[in-house]
Amino acid sequence: MFKKPIGWNAKTIKEMLEESEKLIEEKKSYYGIERLSLKEEDPFRYERAYASLRGALVSARETALHVAASPIVTEIGELCFALYTPEGDSIVVSTGILVHVHTMSEGIKFMIREGYEEDPTINQGDIFLNNDPQCGNVHTTDVQTLIPIFWEDELIGWAGGVTHQIDIGGITPGHTLVSSIQRFDDGVYYTCRKIGSNDKIWRDHMISAKKSVRSPMYWELDEKCRLAGNLMIRDAVYEFIKREGIEYYKTFMREAIEEGRRIVIERVKERLIPGRYRAASFMDLPMKDQAWVPRARIDRISNHPMEIVVKGDGGFSLSFDGASAGGANAFNCDKGAMEGGQWVLLTQILIYGDKVNDGAYFAVEKDYPLGSWANPGDPYLSYQAPWGNLIPAYTTMMKCMSYGLFSRGFREEVVPGYGFTGDSIQGGGIYSAGPLKGERWMLSTFEISGQGLGASAVRDGLNWGYAMWNPEADLGDVETWELFQGGIPYLSRKVKPNTPGHGKYRGGANYAGVAYIANSEKVEFFAGREGLVFHGSGGMHGGYPNATSYRLIATNTNLEEIFQNRQDYPISDTDPNNGEFERFLKADIMRIPIGTIYPISLENFDIIHFSESGGPGYGDPLERKLESVKQDLDEGLYTSDIVKSVYGIVADYDDNNKEWKINIEASTKCREEIMKERKEKSLTFEEFWEHERKKLTEERLYESVSRMYSESLKLSSKWGKEFREFWKLPEDFQMEVK
Amino acid sequence: MDVDKKTLERMIEGNLKWDELKPIISGRKDQNRFDKIMEILQEKVKFDEKILLPLHEHLYIVAKEGQRIVKCDCGYEFGDYKINWKTKCRIRVRDSIDSIEELYPKFMGSDPKWEELREYFCPKCFTLLDVEAVPPGYPTIFNFLPDIDTFYEKWLGRNPPDKE
Repeated sequence: MFKKPIGWNAKTIKEMLEESEKLIEEKKSYYGIERLSLKEEDPFRYERAYASLRGALVSARETALHVAASPIVTEIGELCFALYTPEGDSIVVSTGILVHVHTMSEGIKFMIREGYEEDPTINQGDIFLNNDPQCGNVHTTDVQTLIPIFWEDELIGWAGGVTHQIDIGGITPGHTLVSSIQRFDDGVYYTCRKIGSNDKIWRDHMISAKKSVRSPMYWELDEKCRLAGNLMIRDAVYEFIKREGIEYYKTFMREAIEEGRRIVIERVKERLIPGRYRAASFMDLPMKDQAWVPRARIDRISNHPMEIVVKGDGGFSLSFDGASAGGANAFNCDKGAMEGGQWVLLTQILIYGDKVNDGAYFAVEKDYPLGSWANPGDPYLSYQAPWGNLIPAYTTMMKCMSYGLFSRGFREEVVPGYGFTGDSIQGGGIYSAGPLKGERWMLSTFEISGQGLGASAVRDGLNWGYAMWNPEADLGDVETWELFQGGIPYLSRKVKPNTPGHGKYRGGANYAGVAYIANSEKVEFFAGREGLVFHGSGGMHGGYPNATSYRLIATNTNLEEIFQNRQDYPISDTDPNNGEFERFLKADIMRIPIGTIYPISLENFDIIHFSESGGPGYGDPLERKLESVKQDLDEGLYTSDIVKSVYGIVADYDDNNKEWKINIEASTKCREEIMKERKEKSLTFEEFWEHERKKLTEERLYESVSRMYSESLKLSSKWGKEFREFWKLPEDFQMEVK
Repeated sequence: MDVDKKTLERMIEGNLKWDELKPIISGRKDQNRFDKIMEILQEKVKFDEKILLPLHEHLYIVAKEGQRIVKCDCGYEFGDYKINWKTKCRIRVRDSIDSIEELYPKFMGSDPKWEELREYFCPKCFTLLDVEAVPPGYPTIFNFLPDIDTFYEKWLGRNPPDKE
């Protein structure tokens, strides 16, 4: 049946998207715009117009988060909203988890390309739901609600909101499922599905959706939260149009995006240096002894090599050429997730405070190699925990840009990277006693939102206060997390010594928590973080990477008896060699150097320790000021043995004054000894080259490492050529996996 | 905001308090920052060669006898800036558990079978210039190769100091 097209000037929305893409390609500007007419003609009106929409979106988010029930959303604001053009390009965004602004853009474009205008049709009042990583999302746990906005008969835009769920009905309870290896383990999938009309969510959808997850109440209220925010945005657009006129709105939306694109170019020219930037990061996924499905039982380390080329015109390209392969694991990323990660970091490094929109997306050329973890090209793989690769991989972008910022003189902007947004402890159980007996509880502590940031070239890194995907990072209150994970109350949250990356300026520090299982049965516990490799691309200019994670779990404990006798119990693991767990507990105590573990079963009074991440350091640690080291010791950020071996500082604790005293003479001698050791234990480059090359040619690599090289060499001719040339290997050299 | 030279000198030395540093981070950037920093650094280094670009806390690309070379503030010359300066360093490879546990508590460092630490030192002053955390056998990473001529000519609108 004939239906009038919903695009402008009798065009279909698909035709509008095609025209937009053609103009960007041909004219190298958004929608082929040559001049920012509105800004030039009346800058005050233009800026006021932008600010009014920005304010409306921030307001929508602040209001909507109180509609939600999920503590992740209400406590730390794990949601964001954005306004899009009819073609799906973001014009203006709220605060919050901005990594999702571009992901929703891809979702809208998917619907347009798939012909949703004809079937299932796009009408005023329709509601669409998306959480499919193949359509722009990061992982199924991030759920997007999108509504079209019409003015008379024309589609004039979309409002989108995303929240992060506690649970998505996957293979295990949790939000980032490390045991997922295929699409069918990832939980419920909504592939841009229409779920409502006339501004109401359909009843059959809600019934079905609530049965598909383990946290139905949170699901329902989070859906209402996203819809409420979107409707507020739609109202704000109508007020805008009534005030400024529809023609102004149509011109405004496109010029605001073009201005966003131009701002990136201008900032690049203002702050960086043209040239080639490179860094690499890695992530471990030790599944050989853990995975349930035979084909997933391999140990894996991912290669995340990044090259950024800043061009003479201020544009730049970003490539992950050389990345290792995707596979039967949860860490695969689709392009939408990669775009989101790139976009959110750009908004933090270069374009904060200005027109933050998809202009940043259009300013960058991207290469996510097909077959790699960054673009596996297989929709049936799992995309449940792409953060496992995405988060460490994008430390390289921060580091690359920091080289340029440093050379340009903006040392205060240098940040070599950030800590992994883990320790992502997860799982859940069923209450076996108390008023909630028989009900489920979910372990989804989102204090992962407060990690250590890397040091800059002029100061130490931010402690416990950074998440790459949410510029408003907040680790939240223990009491709030306990509201929904009452089966695992905290015994402590305490500063964890030795988490920051060492350096003249140390990275940000962080906390560790200790918690125990209470009043529960059928408890599953798992976690995700790096453990066998350092997170990200490490420090800069002589700074070291931040410490890795490990697992510490005590089972068969006498904690119940300790409580009854009011005795001391462990509240930290300051020295993993000689810890409080051993001192205070009778228990089976397990410490393993692995951060990512498959689910295990826990019983009441079992205890877990989990440590959040520090940030990487900057500069030679021997150049750190004595008073800064003293402060680190006084605040418990480092222990005296590490301070001595890394910083060359000898200190004694003054029990009377409750502070550390630096022994200047002993420290001078200690630093001299470290310098002497540097001379004695270092190799010339030629000696180093021989030493390393033998590891490759004499087959001395561990299987995860040889697998990584094998995959990267097969997937990339460019990276492979440079690898072979560097080590003077035959042109046809390939790596065999032992 | 316009940050004066004295403040920038104190910033480089790490002596700014947070309430002094915060406005510099969050404010609009001074458009002549590069020139001010170059002036400070040229006065600070003990060598006479003209700095073309600060590359690192201790390394500079300088003009010397018609060449562009990387030079450490201790005076050591690493050679052509187009060749990775790390290939002229002294390098300590920490590829054993014991050597990694000198820097990190047990369980809080990498497993050397999966990833090693490489410390790159200046061959003269033995300042630690870079640390790489990479799997065994990974090629040395060439972090930054600037396009000096494009920077000066197209972005700053003048010739590089060695072509003036």
